[in-house]
Amino acid sequence: MIATDTITDYRQKELPKKVVYAGWVLLILGIILIAAAFMTDKTRSTFNGLLVFMFIISVGLGSLFFVALEYIAGAVWSTPFRRVSEFLSSLLFFVPVFAILLFLNMHDLYHWSHQEAVEHDKILAGKAPYLNTTFFLIRALVFSGLWLLFYFFIIRNSRKQDTTRDQRLTSKNIKAAAVFMPVFAITITFSAIDWMMSLEPHWFSTIFGVYYFSGTILAALAVATFIIVLLRENGYFLLPLTNDHYYSLGALLFAFTNFWAYIAFSQFLLIWYANIPEETFWFLQRWEGSWSVVSIALIFVHFIIPYFGLLSQPSKMNPRRLLIMSAWIIFAHLFDLYWLIMPTYSKTGAVFSWYEIAFPIAAAGLIIVLFSFKIKNNNLVPIGDPKLKRGIEFHL
Amino acid sequence: MQNKVIFSVAGLFNTPDEIIHAAQKVHAAGYNKFDVNTPYPVHGMDRAMGLRPSRIAYVALVLGLAGLAFAFLFMSWVGIIDYPMIIGGKPLFAPPAFVPITFEVTVLLASVGTVLGMFFFFFKLPNYSHPLHDTDYIKAVSTDKYGISIQANDKKFSENEAHKLLTELGAYDVKTIYYDEEEFSVKHIALEPRFLGFLFAVGLLTAGMTYFTLNYVLFWPPFNWMSKQFKITPQEKSEFFADGSGMRRPVEGTVARGFIPYEYAGNQAEAAKYLSNPLLPDTKVLQLGKNRFDTFCSPCHGYFGKGDSRLRGQFPAPPSLHSEKVRNWTDGDIYHVITMGQNIMPPYDKQTTREERWAIVLYLRALQRSQNAKETDIQ
Repeated sequence: MIATDTITDYRQKELPKKVVYAGWVLLILGIILIAAAFMTDKTRSTFNGLLVFMFIISVGLGSLFFVALEYIAGAVWSTPFRRVSEFLSSLLFFVPVFAILLFLNMHDLYHWSHQEAVEHDKILAGKAPYLNTTFFLIRALVFSGLWLLFYFFIIRNSRKQDTTRDQRLTSKNIKAAAVFMPVFAITITFSAIDWMMSLEPHWFSTIFGVYYFSGTILAALAVATFIIVLLRENGYFLLPLTNDHYYSLGALLFAFTNFWAYIAFSQFLLIWYANIPEETFWFLQRWEGSWSVVSIALIFVHFIIPYFGLLSQPSKMNPRRLLIMSAWIIFAHLFDLYWLIMPTYSKTGAVFSWYEIAFPIAAAGLIIVLFSFKIKNNNLVPIGDPKLKRGIEFHL
Repeated sequence: MQNKVIFSVAGLFNTPDEIIHAAQKVHAAGYNKFDVNTPYPVHGMDRAMGLRPSRIAYVALVLGLAGLAFAFLFMSWVGIIDYPMIIGGKPLFAPPAFVPITFEVTVLLASVGTVLGMFFFFFKLPNYSHPLHDTDYIKAVSTDKYGISIQANDKKFSENEAHKLLTELGAYDVKTIYYDEEEFSVKHIALEPRFLGFLFAVGLLTAGMTYFTLNYVLFWPPFNWMSKQFKITPQEKSEFFADGSGMRRPVEGTVARGFIPYEYAGNQAEAAKYLSNPLLPDTKVLQLGKNRFDTFCSPCHGYFGKGDSRLRGQFPAPPSLHSEKVRNWTDGDIYHVITMGQNIMPPYDKQTTREERWAIVLYLRALQRSQNAKETDIQ
């Protein structure tokens, strides 16, 4: 068939100059705004920095999870565009850097990092063996180190296959992915607890790690879908990808939208039913003043709109709809993180101004620049992958 | 076969690629009423045949939304109007509590309704014959061949044209398939008067027999042996005892094992005078007293005996147990009231044992002391 011929002929193709420039402009503009933000309001900037840091973990780690999932499940449908997720997972390089930058400002974020607060608080003192600055930094670095380790192993094998076409590399990656899964589950749970749940150190929710995971995989999938649709519509894949590929991406987005709603509601329902003050105060904080509007809006932004947007079969196959919905879901994840993080900064009501815009702009610029760099130096299609042919011929 | 009517022109192919190609071409030639038969589902056939997406999705959507609305409104009606009851201190209208059941009903109605709708509206069941049945064509396509059949009820249909098209597409064994008009002019069995009459007769017979069995047969011996036994069932009059009561009182003066009758019934003054607490107030006894007090007394008297009932006015709240009167009562007074009840307070001698009641008395004394401590208690 035609597909196999194009694989051998596959040529690398760079992103258009316009897009790369736009990425640089966004990145530089974002950095300037961030610098200005830090000079005017350090605490608020740190909270926004944490928000975008969590977003970058979401996209980077979620993409690596998606790559590992493909290997471990033996999926073929996603092989032709697996590289998009591989490129995105290189965001993990920035995680330790940003973690250290945030760590330097951690007293603005975390109540428990103040020695005198812990001394006068029995509960915090009890949690001190886990929640202390040294152990926190060790965890942050060990976790990002583990992620980078798996990133290097899996991505390097995948890239090597382009030239060697060695099938053993695939089975090596399957094993690595199998090891990565439990590591991923544990590290993402503790990361969510460390960076976000400990903003309110008195509060606890056993489902919080899963909650963040559901948002993570959704954000990573949405960014990948957005890029895949754009690349395919502009002929970057040079492959006859069908509507069935789109359908699978749309269905996965739809499924994880439901998963998020299920987890978010599970967390809420149990706390609402039990009605124990030490748990409910977290939700009551998000009901204070204008936060109640944000809380209600979250249900629509993160669940009801994407649910009906992706419900019908044709909408999952329509590239335009898929593009809009994936962009919407990226926004929804940022909105979710805003709802998770910012009530600790502004307790009386929701705040929004240029501070909240500066950081996502820089993140968008970073992702575009990184992607253009990756697409220039790597094949967009894993041409040596034994699953590729079946992936191209994928039918529902 | 008397009235041979053309049903379709059908041709066979050897490979799935050929059949997809043929379906595309037949669709492109402008035919709408044609069908493809393959031994297994062939990917991409819907698109090749130019079929519109199935409307079953709308059935699912409508039923799902109906289930959602029904469950939510029904629970709201039950919770607010029909049987308002406070559960776990939640408001009567508690949407979070409705969500799981709303979800279940939505999914149930959508899935069951979709399957039933598929059977009866889209598959047109019950449908027990088809012109293609019992032809060589259907035998071939249900083993290893791929067939296409252009139906005669298509607007464009002409036998020769269809033959030509299929032969051009590379089909072998192109045949015209006939059916007997008589065979298909038969009305459905469910609509025949004889069948309806039979159904009606069966229904009548079953109903009559059920009535007869339940009202007569069950009372004939030997069918009544099981229901008629030599024992008195509740509410039944005894024909053996003169007073007609099946329950007998124990012989005067007998006492059940482990049971000591209360001798001051109806005489609180004597109980106050002669009864004294046999227990000593140690931790174990007070723990027992607290446990029993919290279980049986606190719903009305409150956890601290202040008369702050937890029943939200559904039962009159009793006065405080810290009043001058109750504090000056002897232990016997309190024991008597717990055992016999007082005013609208029922007796608690069935729910609690003697020891437990005395433990409650001790615990109540501790409660009273806690609210009216003496100067000396501080030292």
